[in-house]
Amino acid sequence: MSTAAIPAGTKWWNGGRSPFNTSYGKVMMWYFLMSDAFTFGAFLISYGTIRFSQNYWVDPNHVFNSFPFAGHTNLPLAFVSLMTFILIFSSVTMVLAVHEGHKMNRKAVEKYMLMTIIGGIAFLSCQAWEWTHLLTGQHEVLVNGHLEYWNTTVSHNPFGPEVMFNGREVATPGPIAFGSYFFEITGFHGFHVFSGVIINIVMYIKTKLGHFDQRGHYEMIEKAGLYWHFVDLVWVFVFLCFYLI
Amino acid sequence: MSQHTISPEITFAPDHSSGTKQIWKTFWLLSLLTVIELGLGLAIYNIHKGEHPNATLVLAFKGMVCILTLAKAYYIVSVFMHLGSEVRNFIMTIVVPLALFIWFIIAFLWDGESWKNLRNTNGGSREYKKTEQHAAPAAVEQGAKD
Repeated sequence: MSTAAIPAGTKWWNGGRSPFNTSYGKVMMWYFLMSDAFTFGAFLISYGTIRFSQNYWVDPNHVFNSFPFAGHTNLPLAFVSLMTFILIFSSVTMVLAVHEGHKMNRKAVEKYMLMTIIGGIAFLSCQAWEWTHLLTGQHEVLVNGHLEYWNTTVSHNPFGPEVMFNGREVATPGPIAFGSYFFEITGFHGFHVFSGVIINIVMYIKTKLGHFDQRGHYEMIEKAGLYWHFVDLVWVFVFLCFYLI
Repeated sequence: MSQHTISPEITFAPDHSSGTKQIWKTFWLLSLLTVIELGLGLAIYNIHKGEHPNATLVLAFKGMVCILTLAKAYYIVSVFMHLGSEVRNFIMTIVVPLALFIWFIIAFLWDGESWKNLRNTNGGSREYKKTEQHAAPAAVEQGAKD
């Protein structure tokens, strides 16, 4: 084994140098995100498996067609597009914060971190509204020959196939798995958004206290940024699997 | 050399010559892709509303939406997460394991499809016939009210 001359006290990765010209923390953040991608991937694929095994699945445009303060107006895809744009925009402000961090511009980092936090809170509020709407919204459904009013929960799905009943079309109970998967996956994603907001708030406070200026670099903002962008990345796929197809 | 002194082991410094132009360009690109996706989503919605939905067309539109989603994912990871400017070998340690998804998706969706076929044919013992397992009341429709 050749032993290159390494200055005493150097402990870079303990092997003498960073193999990827990147800091240990950032590399490990990437590997964490990769494993998280597999968790989300497994959830979404399991949802796909169940969906493929059913003869009937719920039409998302029929379930997600409302907008706050719009009453019963039929607006498919409208609310979820708003949520998507909120998240994309908060991703932009995050990457701008990282950019300003590279230039050691504390004031700008503070501004963009604050905008990112507000974007995250706005997204969570939208999700809270949507969950409430699903969990409390009553829909007519034909159960064992008589009409009932059901909410959408993990055990009830009022968006099944329609049958003729007393001369008009009435929905029957749909696959239960719809509610379970919807609340499980958007809930797990929402939890990631929530923890992302917490991380961003911590970073904002640390920026304001000047910790990163003392340290000489804003790499923590970059790592928090990686996590935040990942949340946006997952939403792109949740958006696809639950709302678009 | 004002900053980037994270550690002497790291010699990489981000390139800021283009300013924030690339970030905004990516933002508009992502927005455009999302708008196209929404357009396709609305097209699927309108096809479903019609008398005889064209299944092939719906499938084609859904496929296009999937491809656009992968494009969005690429831009987020490559530009926003700066993976595109990392060392190539590092990119490979992230991207190569994700190739497992190719098998993962095909195998499991295939499994779901086969599950449906088995159920619709009673494990192959009868002709393929769709049964709505949750639509029990269908038998007592039409004036079944007492």
